[in-house]
Amino acid sequence: MAQYRLRVNGRAVRVESWDPAQPLLYVLRNSLGLHGPKFGCGLDQCGACTVLIDGKAARSCSVSVRQAAGRSITTLEGLGTPEKPDPIQAAFIAEEAAQCGYCTNGMIMAAKSLLNQTPNPTPEQVKRGLAGNLCRCGTYTRILSAVLRAAKA
Amino acid sequence: METLSAISRRDFLWTGSAVVVSFALGAALPQNGAAQNPGASASLSPPLAKSLDPKEVDSFLAIQSDGSATLYTSRVDVGTGLRIAMTQMAAEELGIPVERIGFVSGDTALTPNHGGTGGSTGVPQGAVAVRQAAATLRQHLLNLGAEQLQRPVAELVLAEGQVRPANGGQGIGIGALTGGKRLALPVDPKAPLKNPAEYTVVGKPVPRPDVPGKCTARHPYLQDFTVPGMLHARVIRPPAIGAKLLSVDESSIRNIPDVRVVRIENFLAVVASDEWAAIRAATSLQATWSEWQGLPGSEGLDRHIRQTAVDHDQSLVSRGDPAAALTGAAKQLSATYSWPLQSHASLGPSCAVADVKADGATVWTASQGPHRLRNYLAGVFGIPADKLRVVYMDASGSYGTNGGDDAAADALLISKTIGKPVRVQWSREDEHGWDPKGPAQLLELRGGLDAEGRIIAWETQMWNPNNLPGNRAVLAADAAGIPQDHGQATGSMVQNTEPPYAVPNMLVTAHWLKETPLRLSNLRAPGKIANVFAVESFTDELAAAAGADPVAFRLRGLSDPRAIEVLQRAAEMIGWQTRPSPNPRPAQGNLLAGRGMAYARYKQAENYVGMAMEVTVDRASGRISVRRVTCAHDCGLVVNPDGLRNQIEGSILQTLGRALHEEVKFDRSRVTSVDWKSYPILTFPEVPTVEIALLDRPTLPPYGAGEPATAPVAAALANAVFDAAGVRLRTVPFTPERVLAALRSTR
Repeated sequence: MAQYRLRVNGRAVRVESWDPAQPLLYVLRNSLGLHGPKFGCGLDQCGACTVLIDGKAARSCSVSVRQAAGRSITTLEGLGTPEKPDPIQAAFIAEEAAQCGYCTNGMIMAAKSLLNQTPNPTPEQVKRGLAGNLCRCGTYTRILSAVLRAAKA
Repeated sequence: METLSAISRRDFLWTGSAVVVSFALGAALPQNGAAQNPGASASLSPPLAKSLDPKEVDSFLAIQSDGSATLYTSRVDVGTGLRIAMTQMAAEELGIPVERIGFVSGDTALTPNHGGTGGSTGVPQGAVAVRQAAATLRQHLLNLGAEQLQRPVAELVLAEGQVRPANGGQGIGIGALTGGKRLALPVDPKAPLKNPAEYTVVGKPVPRPDVPGKCTARHPYLQDFTVPGMLHARVIRPPAIGAKLLSVDESSIRNIPDVRVVRIENFLAVVASDEWAAIRAATSLQATWSEWQGLPGSEGLDRHIRQTAVDHDQSLVSRGDPAAALTGAAKQLSATYSWPLQSHASLGPSCAVADVKADGATVWTASQGPHRLRNYLAGVFGIPADKLRVVYMDASGSYGTNGGDDAAADALLISKTIGKPVRVQWSREDEHGWDPKGPAQLLELRGGLDAEGRIIAWETQMWNPNNLPGNRAVLAADAAGIPQDHGQATGSMVQNTEPPYAVPNMLVTAHWLKETPLRLSNLRAPGKIANVFAVESFTDELAAAAGADPVAFRLRGLSDPRAIEVLQRAAEMIGWQTRPSPNPRPAQGNLLAGRGMAYARYKQAENYVGMAMEVTVDRASGRISVRRVTCAHDCGLVVNPDGLRNQIEGSILQTLGRALHEEVKFDRSRVTSVDWKSYPILTFPEVPTVEIALLDRPTLPPYGAGEPATAPVAAALANAVFDAAGVRLRTVPFTPERVLAALRSTR
């Protein structure tokens, strides 16, 4: 079986896959036990599976393991812990910016990417920046507050 | 943080296999606080002798010897914050800090069945039952403490996990009093509740314990759950709903490693140890299905509904002489409102894990009714109910009965067939295509005004799919040819179909239809959103016909002070200018600006909700933009104000999406709106400012909050669009095409 070298949350890992087209999402979730990225659509439409690849938000359902090889991948697990959260995670926690939480991974990772590029976004920039991330519970207003809070932190 | 009971601690450790890998990658172990529910395996251990009788305190509450407690409930937290609200209510009565109370929910082996989750009953029924058990336990602990301390009960208090003299002095911990022991105590329905004036926990915005875990990937989701030896399955649904499976060409997946086809009549699935192999096999497997064209198609569904045979009529209100009053009215109006079929559209498609062994079976599910599901699946699949354990785990929000029960049946059938634990994960197309849908609704309204502009006559005629006895059919059993129920229940569809205003002559009639195109279930606030859309839009139409300000017109018909307060408060918050609609000066270039109001008392008997909106309508594109929403909300006692706000915000935003975008489309064979492009929901750029006023009534009973604020959303939106553009939208969703067509028709 073909092997692929990735850098995941700061560590070098080697994973096997029988199919070079296998989406990174399944490698992260099943081979590496990283459950931050969620399966939502597999169609690059909802954002639940978002990770950072070389610091930028990417949809792990639509990036193959072959394309991910040699890249640096950050998942929600790699940002911080409940005891030592990343500022963006801390802001989501402070705003209670979740209901079911299934979109939360994607929202946080997309926001991280947005703040990497635009450290002090306006509310409109946040809304546009997260336009591709869906929340069915309707926690958008809290997520917006959380991202703006994180930008100030 | 969380203190886990013996069973949940063991079960939690048992789920550690997946954790070890992520730990090796440098992530910390999940914290106990995230593991609110045992991701348990009953099949590995015999069921505990845990009391499950809802008449017994032991069923709901256990005190451990360290003074911590565990709360057991059949009601589950599908992201609504029920977990913390219920814990707060128990903590308040028990004098135990919330962080020392564990929460186990929806596990048929561990939790009493005191009802499933839905209808905004989690707090008013579910948590109120737990509170009564806690109040009973409180009395018991005080009595035990009195014996031990040799002081009369009246001199003792229960606080911070101790029974102690009210005036100071040595106390005794509740763990020492009764920890680890069976209480054998019936729930006393008369056990006195704590005086709300002394509340220290209820009414406070206590943070939800699941949120830190959800923000750091430590919260265990059903979709993340695994058991050793588990295989991944995908079910292949037919290309037409009623199609029969004619043949399967297994050679078409020969190049995919380690895959097995499972076929039982028309039930077709692939199973593999690798999830991606299962997915590839499901999309590659060549199968031939028969033709089937049994659907009417979603185009012109209103016409189809009116042509569908009526099973029976139900008279809901018949007061005065509405026919004569309409004939004699100074002004008469009539209008038809329609609501489309909608999907639960859960962000994460449904999932389930099942492990059927010779001596018993376990299903892990996100079902809102684990006990009902256990009883039903046991009967359908021939497993004794006491040998089938159903364990709820958190998943993507369900908003009613989504595909989760079906996924559970899929997993159970496959595991039973192959004798191995199986995880079934639906695809996006499966969830949008096959979740049971919220029903389409059609309402025809007539009204009459007297010379002073008062409503003197009102008539509501509605057409709803009939309720049929028995459980909703699960897809797997029908496909596999296993006999089962074909019940139909979509929730209470007829509430809020009469206006909440004083009307002397009224007729409200429901026409229950014999047939409906798609399989149905309860979708958040069943019936009520469309009903309030019709009733409150029509109220607005009458106000406009009377030349009256929409708020003043409503206030004239209201006498309940709580109703008046929410209406006035929502108006005040949005800066309501008193004048009739439409807006005499709406235009700002191509944008037409307006404001609308709607009011509802949810289910005609519960929460009071007033809601105002500011919108713009782009007359060139037909696009509606919602700028601001204000909501005044009175649900009686407020248990957790921040959790409540979260629910209200979500109710408003989700329902804006339902009103603006959502419609299940289907052709003669199948649902065709099967992804987020063909079934769009509200997106971030469309999100308005939302302002909420909570009217707390600490001495009144609490109502639920998962649904009520959804009810006035579509009406407030339609009324604001009328104010802005002078056109009345009576068909949901309010797409740009419909807005443009309405604008053209007024020119």
